[in-house]
Amino acid sequence: MWGGRKLISSGSRFLAVLGSGSRDARPDCPRLTKSAVCSENQLSWTLPIKPWVFSEYKIMWFKSCRMTFACLNRMKSYRYPWTRPYSTSGTTVDSSEVKTFLALAHRWWDEQGVYAPLHSMNDLRVPFIRDNLLKTVANHQPGKPLSGMKILDVGCGGGLLTEPLGRLGASVIGIDPVDENIKTAQRHKSFDPVLDKRIEYRACSLEEIVEETAETFDAVVASEVVEHVIDLETFVQCCFQVLKPSGSLFITTINKTQLSYALGIVFAEQIAGIVPKGTHTWEKFVSPEKLESILESNGLSVQTVAGMLYNPFSGYWHWSENTSLNYAAYAVKSGVQEHQVPAEFVLKEEAEELQATASTNPAVHEELKK
Amino acid sequence: MAARLPVSWLGAAPAAPRRGPLLSCRRWSGASADTVYDVVVSGGGLVGAAMACALGYDIHFCDKKILLLEAGPKKVLEKLPETYSNRVSSISPGSATLLSSFGAWDHICNMRYRAFRRMQVWDACSEALIMFDKDNLDDMGYIVENDVIMHALTKQLEAVSDRVTVLYRSKAVSYTWPYPFPMADSSPWVHITLGDGSTLQTKLLIGADGHNSGVRQAAGIQNVSWNYDQSAVVATLHLSEATENNVAWQRFLPSGPIALLPLSDTLSSLVWSTSHEHAAELVSMDEEKFVDAINSAFWSDANHTDFIDSAGTMLHYAVAFLKPTKVSARQLPPSVARVDAKSRVLFPLGLGHAAEYVRPRMALIGDAAHRVHPLAGQGVNMGFGDICSLVHHLSTAAFNGKDLGSMSHLTGYETDRQRHNTALLAATDLLKRLYSTRATPLVLLRTWGLQATNAVSPLKEQIMAFASK
Repeated sequence: MWGGRKLISSGSRFLAVLGSGSRDARPDCPRLTKSAVCSENQLSWTLPIKPWVFSEYKIMWFKSCRMTFACLNRMKSYRYPWTRPYSTSGTTVDSSEVKTFLALAHRWWDEQGVYAPLHSMNDLRVPFIRDNLLKTVANHQPGKPLSGMKILDVGCGGGLLTEPLGRLGASVIGIDPVDENIKTAQRHKSFDPVLDKRIEYRACSLEEIVEETAETFDAVVASEVVEHVIDLETFVQCCFQVLKPSGSLFITTINKTQLSYALGIVFAEQIAGIVPKGTHTWEKFVSPEKLESILESNGLSVQTVAGMLYNPFSGYWHWSENTSLNYAAYAVKSGVQEHQVPAEFVLKEEAEELQATASTNPAVHEELKK
Repeated sequence: MAARLPVSWLGAAPAAPRRGPLLSCRRWSGASADTVYDVVVSGGGLVGAAMACALGYDIHFCDKKILLLEAGPKKVLEKLPETYSNRVSSISPGSATLLSSFGAWDHICNMRYRAFRRMQVWDACSEALIMFDKDNLDDMGYIVENDVIMHALTKQLEAVSDRVTVLYRSKAVSYTWPYPFPMADSSPWVHITLGDGSTLQTKLLIGADGHNSGVRQAAGIQNVSWNYDQSAVVATLHLSEATENNVAWQRFLPSGPIALLPLSDTLSSLVWSTSHEHAAELVSMDEEKFVDAINSAFWSDANHTDFIDSAGTMLHYAVAFLKPTKVSARQLPPSVARVDAKSRVLFPLGLGHAAEYVRPRMALIGDAAHRVHPLAGQGVNMGFGDICSLVHHLSTAAFNGKDLGSMSHLTGYETDRQRHNTALLAATDLLKRLYSTRATPLVLLRTWGLQATNAVSPLKEQIMAFASK
């Protein structure tokens, strides 16, 4: 099994893709990896590294499992076409990969399949979003508590989170840069006459709809997305722009810890030997502190940060105080205007360019095209 | 998990086109003209109607479309009939709570029911008895005619007709299950074809269609079942004299248990489980002989033996010595004067249990999932217990925006209920077998067992708590 996977994954094209660190628009690759571990490789992959993890990092075993997922994440990504690097133009779509994808497209909605952890994550993130949104309104309609709210689901994938939000009564726009994801999502919701009306899917990036949807949404949801975003700053600014005043931003992602470095890099490169040295997708992971400072400096005041832990044996997620692996954040757009960026932030980065980016939309687009 | 995958295909048409590539989309876009319900309950008996009602009144189901399919006609009692129906149910306090949660219990209270505060169970082969009662004079349960419960449920269903559609005189003739793995082009819902040829779709199908469940068979779920060598005879009985009549009586005869359940001060309902031949005889014999047979079944000492009697007395003295304070006194059942004309009916008894209660987009409740001997009076209560659990899981799922047919919460229901139901099924089956014999060692064992259980009040309370859920 291992050997096979190595062979499959060692094509030079794939390695180039992997190492390039190019814009990588797959919100959902962590799910891939987690479930892959669960279904096929749990024992054989986890056990060998367990003692190693214990001696070196003194962590709980389940963290090691979780990290195996992170490594697998990258390895599995060769096998699934929708994890290919994203190009806004859409011309890089490989027709053979599209065929492969179509054969695999149903996997998004297989609750026991590769995306099982993302399905079960809904048990945490849907109530998280629902309860925080309900706090902002005086009363709600029983049966559809979120009715009247407009929500943007960034990186919606197959619509795993979009549909529950739609069922709660919200009108949701799901966007994903990968056409096939949108097709799957579109097809899936089309069978449900209620959701078909409440949900709209678009194959585009967040930047592409910023202008037309400025100050449109009561909430923006970016679940398991920001770890794939190259320029988090710009991403957050776009979220800010599409939010109504005092709108809510929900983010779930993976922390950037020593643990993830150890397993993502050391395990993947030396033990598994598949990922070439210098692959630092890990570096796209975001620590809650960094996320918080970016949010705060862009006019989004952080209300809650909560850790989430996945138990690969039970297949369920739990809330936790420990944010060292996965975590969820909830921020509210404050009245502060975007150009009033705090000085410390300006100093950290190239001040001029960012000032420009922050203040006008066209500038954001410019930077993205670079 | 693999065991869940095989899906039985009913209905010939849909299977073939689904295999095709994208083109088959068209078939489904055509089919999508069917109404898509959130929940379809198949079977509008006591359990099915209560399920539809409970969902209709659930706050998180306000926005959902529910359909109840009932093969029979609408049953509303224009006027409460003078004579009591011979089909009655023992409703536990837990079931009464469920019925009051959606307002049906009020209707029952306004019509008629009888509460019982004590239950006496004793052996025909010895003096052993067990007496269940509650110190605080709470009701142990209620004897309610099935027609009255059905009327209450129908009334309550009418009140939520905007959410719950009821199709009377309609029956599903075939169910088509979705692919076990969601395929891009195939409909993810259950397709139901009705007897009149119309079709509809549902996100969740609830099978409440009795112990010969068509839903269970269509899903190909294994059902462990056997018929007992017994039939139950039911009848409405007139007592010799008016009494307080708030005790449920049951005596275990070697041929099967006989129970007398209070209906009013002067009326009781009979449930007599006995051999098929004897049951047939009881139903056909003339009324006077029938009444004599009942009285002698409750009063006769013919099955006693001296040895067992003295062994039982020994333990009785031992218990009295160890625990002199309180052993509930034996009460004598009322004697029966006559039987209501034409109220005698018999039906065969059996046990059944479905290996699985749920499949993707399908759940079984009530007798479709489990069939039990009436000796513990638990049949309909188990069904109502299923409803409590399933509604709880579905309500949470709806508030979390989940797909109602998803296995993630359906398995929660299955786990909850199988734990409870298998224990009850096993216990009633064991009791039935234990009391069907005259063999001295077993009689001695059960005599002592019953006496000891009667003496240990915490144990009795446990049993009562379990049975009153």
